[in-house]
Amino acid sequence: MTGTADGADLAAWIRLAAERAAADAGRLTSLDAAIGDGDHGLNLDRGLAAAVAALPDGAPPGKVLTAAGRAVVSKTGGASGPLYGTALRRAGKAFGDADPIDAAALGAGLRAALDGVRELGQAAGGDKTMVDALIPAVASYDAALAAGTGLAGCARAAADGAAQGADATVPMQARKGRASYLGERSIGHMDPGAASTALILRALADTLTERD
Amino acid sequence: MRKLINDPADVVTDALRGLAAAHPSLRVDPAAGTVVRSDAPHAGKVGLVSGGGSGHEPLHAGFVGYGMLDAACAGEVFTSPVPDQIIAATAAAHGGAGVLHVVKNYTGDVLNFRMAAELAEDEDIEVVSVLVDDDVAVEDSTFTAGRRGTGATLFVEKIAGALAEEGAALAEVAAVAREVDERSRSFGVALAPCTVPAAGRPTFELAEGEMELGVGIHGEPGRERVKAGTAREIVDASLSAIDADMPLAGAELLVLVNGMGGTPLVEQYVAYAAAAEWLAGHGARVVRPLVGGYVTSLEMAGCMISVCRLTPELTRLWDAPVQTPALRWGR
Repeated sequence: MTGTADGADLAAWIRLAAERAAADAGRLTSLDAAIGDGDHGLNLDRGLAAAVAALPDGAPPGKVLTAAGRAVVSKTGGASGPLYGTALRRAGKAFGDADPIDAAALGAGLRAALDGVRELGQAAGGDKTMVDALIPAVASYDAALAAGTGLAGCARAAADGAAQGADATVPMQARKGRASYLGERSIGHMDPGAASTALILRALADTLTERD
Repeated sequence: MRKLINDPADVVTDALRGLAAAHPSLRVDPAAGTVVRSDAPHAGKVGLVSGGGSGHEPLHAGFVGYGMLDAACAGEVFTSPVPDQIIAATAAAHGGAGVLHVVKNYTGDVLNFRMAAELAEDEDIEVVSVLVDDDVAVEDSTFTAGRRGTGATLFVEKIAGALAEEGAALAEVAAVAREVDERSRSFGVALAPCTVPAAGRPTFELAEGEMELGVGIHGEPGRERVKAGTAREIVDASLSAIDADMPLAGAELLVLVNGMGGTPLVEQYVAYAAAAEWLAGHGARVVRPLVGGYVTSLEMAGCMISVCRLTPELTRLWDAPVQTPALRWGR
C-alpha cells in the first residue's frame, strides 16, 4: 500500500488537530505554566481555530496548508504563531501544485516545515523546543518511507517519533524561548511546543489512518 | 478568580473600548487591537511603534501621544501581537520618514515584529527595530533567549519619542533608542503571582513567606525563590544585582520604582525611600526619579527597579514635553 492525500484530507487533518488542541488546551497550558507563561494551549486553540476558518474548499494540498499557515501567523500571537504558521506554509510551498501528494511529497513537506522552524526560531536539537519533536518525526518518517511504508504508516511513524521526541525534552535544560530563563529549573518538565507538535502530528496520522 | 471583567475572552477588546472612550486623543480600533495618535501620521516625522501582550498597562497604549509613541498594538494578555496588527500600526505611524519598532526581547514579540517588518518593507515602509533587553535577572545570555525587555521600555519609548518629535532621522532615533537600552538595567521581585484571565488560575505559586527574585513581567520565574524580606532587603537585592552588572557609583541616574500591578503606591514609596538611601550610600546620584505602576504584570504583587545612566542629552530628551494618557509633562 502506498496511498496519497488530497486537499480534503489535509483539511480534515487541520480540523482534527484543532479539535484536539481545544480539548487538550488545559494540559498544554499547564505544561507552559510550569516552565513558561501559561498561554500555549490557549494560543494553539485560537490559532488552529483560525486555520480551520481559513481552509479553502476544493483546493490542492499545498494551498490548503499555505492558507492555514497564513491564518495561524495572523491570529495566534506568541512565538508559536509564527513558528507553526511558518511550518504549515513551508510544507504547503514544498507541495507545490501536486494534487494529490504521495508519501515522498509529504515527507518533503515535513522536512521543509522543520527547516522553516529551525531558521525562524534559531533553535537546534536539544534546546528543548518543538524542534526536538520535529527532528525525530522527520527521521522516523524518512526511515519508514525508505522501508517502503505507505503514506499513513509513514505519518504514524512521524507521530511516534514526535511523541518520543517530546518525552525526551523532559530531562533537557531549555536554551530557547521563555523556559530558558529558568535555567536548571526547566529540567523535569516536557516542553509544551514539543508536546503540541506531537499532538498535531498524531492528528495527521489518525486522519490518514482512519481514512484508509 | 475574582476579576473586574465581563468575559475572559473579551478583556483586551473591552479595555481598548474603555481606552477609546476615556482618551479621545487616541484612534483606537478595539477589533484590530491598534491604538494610534489621532493626529498621526506626521509628514516627515519618524513613526514610533511598539506593542506587546496586554496585561502590562499602561505599557504600551498608555504611552501613545505627543512626544512618545505614534502607535501601539495590543496582543492578547501576555501574548505578543500578531503581524497583521503590527503592520496596521506601522502603516498608521508612517509619515514618510520610516518607522522605528520598539520590541521587548521575548521570542514571541521578536518573531512577530520581524515578520511584520519584512511585510511592511514590501510596502516600501522603511522599518528599523530596536530590542529592549534590560533585565539583569537573566545572567546567561548565551544559553537563553537573552535578557528580557522590561522597565527600560518606558525609558526607550520616552527618549526616542522625544527625539523623533524634534524631527530627527530614523537612524538617529534608532541610535538613541539603542543607547538608552544599553545604559539601562532592571530587576524585579514578585511577592504574589498574577492570573491570566483566560487561564483562570495563577501562573505560578508562591508559598506564604516566599518571594521570587528576578521575576519577569509575565510572572515567569526568575533567578531564585527565597524567604520574603523587608522592603530594604528587596531593594538591596535588586540594586545589588543591577550594580553587579552595571556599576552605579558616580552615575547620574533616571530611576523607576515600578509597581507590578498588585502592590499599592504607598509600598512603592517605601521601596523608593530604600532605593534612594541605597543609591546615595553607593555614590550614585538620582537626577530623575519616577514612582508608579508603569510596566505592570496584571495583579502581580512586587516591584521592579529600573535605572538608566543618563547623559546631559538623554536628560534633556527625558525632560522634553510629553502628552500621553499615562505620562504627561511640559505641555
